[in-house]
Amino acid sequence: MRFMPEAAWNTTAGRFRRASLWLGLVGVLAFLLADLEITTLSPGTELARIGTGFLTPDFAATEFVWQALANTLAFAFQGVALGVVAGFVLALGWRFRGVRAFSAVIRAVHELFWGLIFLQITGLSPLTGVLAIAIPYAGIFAKVFGEFLEEADARPATALPSGSTWLATFFYARLPLILLPVRTYSAYRLECGLRASAILGFIGLPTLGFHLETAFRQGDYSAGAAILYLFFLLIGTLRWWLHRHLLPLYLGAALWWAPPLSSAPAGTLWRFLSEDIVPAPLRQDGGFEAFMQWCLRLASEQALPGLWHTLVLSSAALLLTALLSLLLFPLVSPRFGSPLSRGLGHILLVILRTTPEFLLAFILLLLFGPSMLPGIIALALHTSAIVAWLGGRFTLQWPARCDGATGLRGYCYEVLPRIYPNLLALLLYRWEIIMRETAILGILGITTLGYFVDAAFAEFRFDRALFLILVSVLLNLGVDAFSRRLRQHLRLSLNEGRTLARLPGADTTPPRGAAP
Amino acid sequence: MIHKIRARLAAALLLCVTGAAHADTFVFTAIPDQDESRLMTRFGQVADYLAAELGVEVRYIPVKSYAAAVTAFRNNEVQLAWFGGFTGVQAQRLVPGSRAIAQGVEDPQFISHLIVHTSTGIEPSDDFPLALRGKRFTFGSRSSTSGRLMPEHFMREATGETPQRFFSRVGFSGDHSATIALVQSGAWDAGVVNYKVWEQARAAGRIDDSKVRKVWSTPPYPDYHWVIRGDVDARFGNDFTDRVQAALLAITDEALLAAFPRQGFIPASNEDYQLIVDTARSLDLLD
Repeated sequence: MRFMPEAAWNTTAGRFRRASLWLGLVGVLAFLLADLEITTLSPGTELARIGTGFLTPDFAATEFVWQALANTLAFAFQGVALGVVAGFVLALGWRFRGVRAFSAVIRAVHELFWGLIFLQITGLSPLTGVLAIAIPYAGIFAKVFGEFLEEADARPATALPSGSTWLATFFYARLPLILLPVRTYSAYRLECGLRASAILGFIGLPTLGFHLETAFRQGDYSAGAAILYLFFLLIGTLRWWLHRHLLPLYLGAALWWAPPLSSAPAGTLWRFLSEDIVPAPLRQDGGFEAFMQWCLRLASEQALPGLWHTLVLSSAALLLTALLSLLLFPLVSPRFGSPLSRGLGHILLVILRTTPEFLLAFILLLLFGPSMLPGIIALALHTSAIVAWLGGRFTLQWPARCDGATGLRGYCYEVLPRIYPNLLALLLYRWEIIMRETAILGILGITTLGYFVDAAFAEFRFDRALFLILVSVLLNLGVDAFSRRLRQHLRLSLNEGRTLARLPGADTTPPRGAAP
Repeated sequence: MIHKIRARLAAALLLCVTGAAHADTFVFTAIPDQDESRLMTRFGQVADYLAAELGVEVRYIPVKSYAAAVTAFRNNEVQLAWFGGFTGVQAQRLVPGSRAIAQGVEDPQFISHLIVHTSTGIEPSDDFPLALRGKRFTFGSRSSTSGRLMPEHFMREATGETPQRFFSRVGFSGDHSATIALVQSGAWDAGVVNYKVWEQARAAGRIDDSKVRKVWSTPPYPDYHWVIRGDVDARFGNDFTDRVQAALLAITDEALLAAFPRQGFIPASNEDYQLIVDTARSLDLLD
């Protein structure tokens, strides 16, 4: 029985309602299936120590912290720059299915896993840091730039005199049309690159994450807080020091400070390809049967449970992210509050999206005990801060009217309906990313795919790591295809870069942390 | 001067290429089992000592994890490393010809403690407390000998089951200090820690007896040791391995030993770690 007339059922709003309902139901189902046991007894002592640490940051406790800061910047600048160039080249071949598939595969692997792979090949060197960022980012840039080119107006190119060379067409009739969104999107990605660069410290590269993880893991909270504050400051002040004209200078400095060279001897690449990733039964001449057994065992003991837990965790986190984003975006929207409240809102969002998820998960683990709950909350807090920050900026799209509704009424009847499509699009882009991030929650004892990949690397079984990474790539491709179809159905922009490029002020300043 | 400082820092932070340009620099790494702060400062002294004893340039590079240390050793980015029992074995297998040359005085008789939150009501005993069945339990780091490998081995012997079956939930806290903090907070009911870290935390007043207690200790097993690559003699001189071993065994300076921290070093050989190899195989951690 339909409770709405046919016309009302098949409107754009109707489609949005149904899509939201289904996503919400999936999220609720995931919450029901997820393991959310709360068990904790006496977190007071440790939380008090953490609190004291944050009140008494010790900037002198960490040696070479400025060098770590410089490395963080250097890896990020080089990695993102290389990613932009490589992504652009790939985007030129976007009409080939092979290029699209290749890009999808390289961006489906988490930066940390690229880092762990390159540690084997290029050692503990700047090159490892640069490639770990550049490769997945090239995949992301290829997709976004490729779709820019696809969507760009074709008329200027057809208006050129016949016989114009491909090169002339590209530079005079194609490139100028997409240059602006390319620039905006690259600048947005630089902040992501800085976060990624810091996180690479967790696996041993000499960036801020190296000292941050050590300090928190060892309970040295004053030292950890100092590094975290430094990182907040770096991200929060981006808008004041990241100017387009200074970029060549920064890039030059990055190359001077950390030349992207390998520190491993020759032959490591060959060793990796010809020995490390060859499945153990084949390496030991076990034959095809042994190989099949190895695959089956890995699939049933690790890949399948890993897939299931990753799906449940990320679907629940997506629902919580959506709810938190709806609550958080008014904090930074000029439609609500005062300049003071917005300033505080911006600071809150910088803190939430800059604090690595593992840190949030650790504190929540003390509070709630080990289950999926700390993981879900940590991922949702982090992601919703990013979505809310971008969502708040979308509210600048239309002029404010002095007779417009304010407060709750304005939120429900004016602002939310207008920005809802953008929020939903951003959430769907983020789903894939949440799924990748579940990798780092091993501390909670949740056996996601990333948990098993991590174990395989610790055991120096790169064959197993590769198998499991391939499974997570397939999962990511599946989720990507699903969210693409959904966006198509909802007539949302298919292109994250396009959505972001529509941000007000995007043409002059990239979206950044403490925007007024 | 500025250049010199910068060069040193760059080197310190692994930002130059090893290999041809620094063929004459002997590089080592070490992760102490407790207190990983200020590694460069503390192990820089050890590097200076070794340089004076060996007559070659010696450099220390800090690494994050045992796995990173093994990787650096395998890639010849470091030629000498202070490994835990299991990681030392991993390194010996990945780099044919490498040798265990020294261990801490304490290391042949290393033990781990099982600690529980007091709400479990479990009292100290000589046998593994089977009352822990169905509780939540955390190991330390995945490749830690004292925080995972040997405790898991002895626990499997005592319970006849894998920890994943015996406990309702099994996690990896990543570190001994984190294990203590998480068990003390009640987030996990029980965990295993390196006995030296436990004693240090107790001495530092970080243990609240009303919340966490030690209830069982593992039998002794061999743990930390120095492993050197087999190709150093060809690179630094015929008797280089022996000279490194002699230099390590001769360390008596309290300040240097405090970095590890050990009372002193005694000789070791690859055969001392057969128990670790067998255990790692039985736990399916080595192929």
